[in-house]
Amino acid sequence: MNNQTDIKERIRKNLIWKSIFRRDYRNTVRDRAQAVFGNIFLHLHPVQVREGAVRLRFTWGMGGITFFAFIILVITGVVLMFYYHPSIEQAYSDIKDLEFQVPFGVILRNLHRWGAHFMVIVVMIHMFRVFMTGSYKAPRQFNWGIGVILLVLTFLLSFTGYLTPWDQLGFWAITVGTNMGAATPLLGYQGPFSEFLHITPFNDVRFALLGGSRVAGNALLRAYIWHCVAIPLVSVILMFVHFWRVRKDGGISKPQK
Amino acid sequence: MNPFIEIITQPDNIAIVIMIIMVTFFTLWAFQQAFDNDKLIAAGKPVDGENEGLVDTFKPLVRIELIIALVVMVFLTFWSIVVDAPLEEIANPTLTPNPAKAPWYFLGLQELLVYFDPWLAGVVLPTLIIVGLIAIPYIDINPRGNGYYSFEERKFAIVTFSFGFFILWLLLIVIGVFFRGPGWLWYWPWQEWDHSRVVFEPTRDLSNVIGIDSRSLPGFIIGAIVVNGYLVAGMVAPYRYLKKKMPDFLKQFGMIRYLVTTFLFITMMSIPVKMVLWLVFHIKYIWITPWFNV
Ligand code: HEM
Repeated sequence: MNNQTDIKERIRKNLIWKSIFRRDYRNTVRDRAQAVFGNIFLHLHPVQVREGAVRLRFTWGMGGITFFAFIILVITGVVLMFYYHPSIEQAYSDIKDLEFQVPFGVILRNLHRWGAHFMVIVVMIHMFRVFMTGSYKAPRQFNWGIGVILLVLTFLLSFTGYLTPWDQLGFWAITVGTNMGAATPLLGYQGPFSEFLHITPFNDVRFALLGGSRVAGNALLRAYIWHCVAIPLVSVILMFVHFWRVRKDGGISKPQK
Repeated sequence: MNPFIEIITQPDNIAIVIMIIMVTFFTLWAFQQAFDNDKLIAAGKPVDGENEGLVDTFKPLVRIELIIALVVMVFLTFWSIVVDAPLEEIANPTLTPNPAKAPWYFLGLQELLVYFDPWLAGVVLPTLIIVGLIAIPYIDINPRGNGYYSFEERKFAIVTFSFGFFILWLLLIVIGVFFRGPGWLWYWPWQEWDHSRVVFEPTRDLSNVIGIDSRSLPGFIIGAIVVNGYLVAGMVAPYRYLKKKMPDFLKQFGMIRYLVTTFLFITMMSIPVKMVLWLVFHIKYIWITPWFNV
């Protein structure tokens, strides 16, 4: 016993330990607060929160679970990028390599795929809970709007990722999906009124999405960049606006009567 | 294998099964809490959470976040060990699969293609869904039911949202995943897909029903009257009703909010309307114009 406290004490007094944690933790009110605002990750939170934030029946933790799913996707996604070339010559065989050559490649790919499905499911349930608790009402109207954009971005993240394995499933799903672009009123070559703007298959919305008039190499590159860079970047920024607003709007909503 | 088992155990469809289970669970939980609170309100008691205090973030909240993160991680790891992500044949532009399905979360929209032309199903309606969702907090001015589950206090909002969420979004997804086969024809999950099956469904347009060519000028005029009449009636009728029954509410609601709300509402209702027209009466288009068809 004595020995144990002694070791603990020595670790705590160690130069390296002190350089990391900066101060002692003594479970006082002050230290519990310090633990939150002294830590860059924890200080997303206020020092104290409603009991409802801790008891799961109000939020179900769904927003947090969505964010956690996103983090898992970023981590597995970055690792996947080490093994992947966004070109139609290599993409498919890279995925095959993941299956047969790369250590734990299958698990890595599975985690990314099922994590993506999972995130889409939980973000919809999060929206449902926010609706059912009326948490979009004043003063949270704007944050609901940010949320809707995040919902759309979540769909688009998953959608752009679909093409990257360059297999039949993704290829045709993207073909079906981007054909909708061709139907855009005014700006798609099959859409109503587009003839007035001299829109053709070579200058319409679909062309812009695919970087061509059909799903080919440019489309793969575009999907890849949207998927790995552009949409995650925008999503992260909006998530932080979202979290910021949760706090500024007074934390998790509570009954207002 | 039994086709039903086969279709629900396809790796990507397992996600849909998980979604159905999760959505059902959380829906029941939400409505359970809503009804409980309704009873408390009726009895004049505070609702769940009304007298709640504060707790420290460190450690109670941090601890629960850690636990949830672990549970999610274990769940996803388990899922990833048990089920392998599929990889189909390499993309082949000359070999169109039948049916070619969009990713599952867009299958509700793809299902709309049965009833609407692509510019509506794929562009206009999705845009209005997004706009409509963002508009919700600005058009729902009912101050009650803020920050707790309840049903009695905001029936219209909950029923409308639930109709959109459960029927028009989730149910159509489930139909698209499990009930649509080659040629986008209806298949029960236990039915074998038959690639040579063709269904000849005589189609007609609205004005054909009364013997007028839908592509003629009279047909055009009839279509224009019906479509625009639907929009106008859908926006005027509630006005007259509210004016009579709830004049104070209407005044407080204001004209702009009223117009936006009714427009979004009747646009949403045009989906079931067109479904019935097609499924029951085999009417394809209501209004044919040289530029677009509705
Ligand atoms: C990437 C997607 C999203 C992430 C990571 C996210 C994350 C979060 C988190 C962590 C919270 C704190 C409370 C909780 O966990 O429920 C929250 C609250 C909130 N979210 Fe989201 N969210 C996302 C999407 C959405 C969507 C789609 C909506 C609605 C359309 C939305 C609307 C809101 C609102 C209004 C609040 C405040 C709720 C309250 O105070 O009770 N969010 N979000």
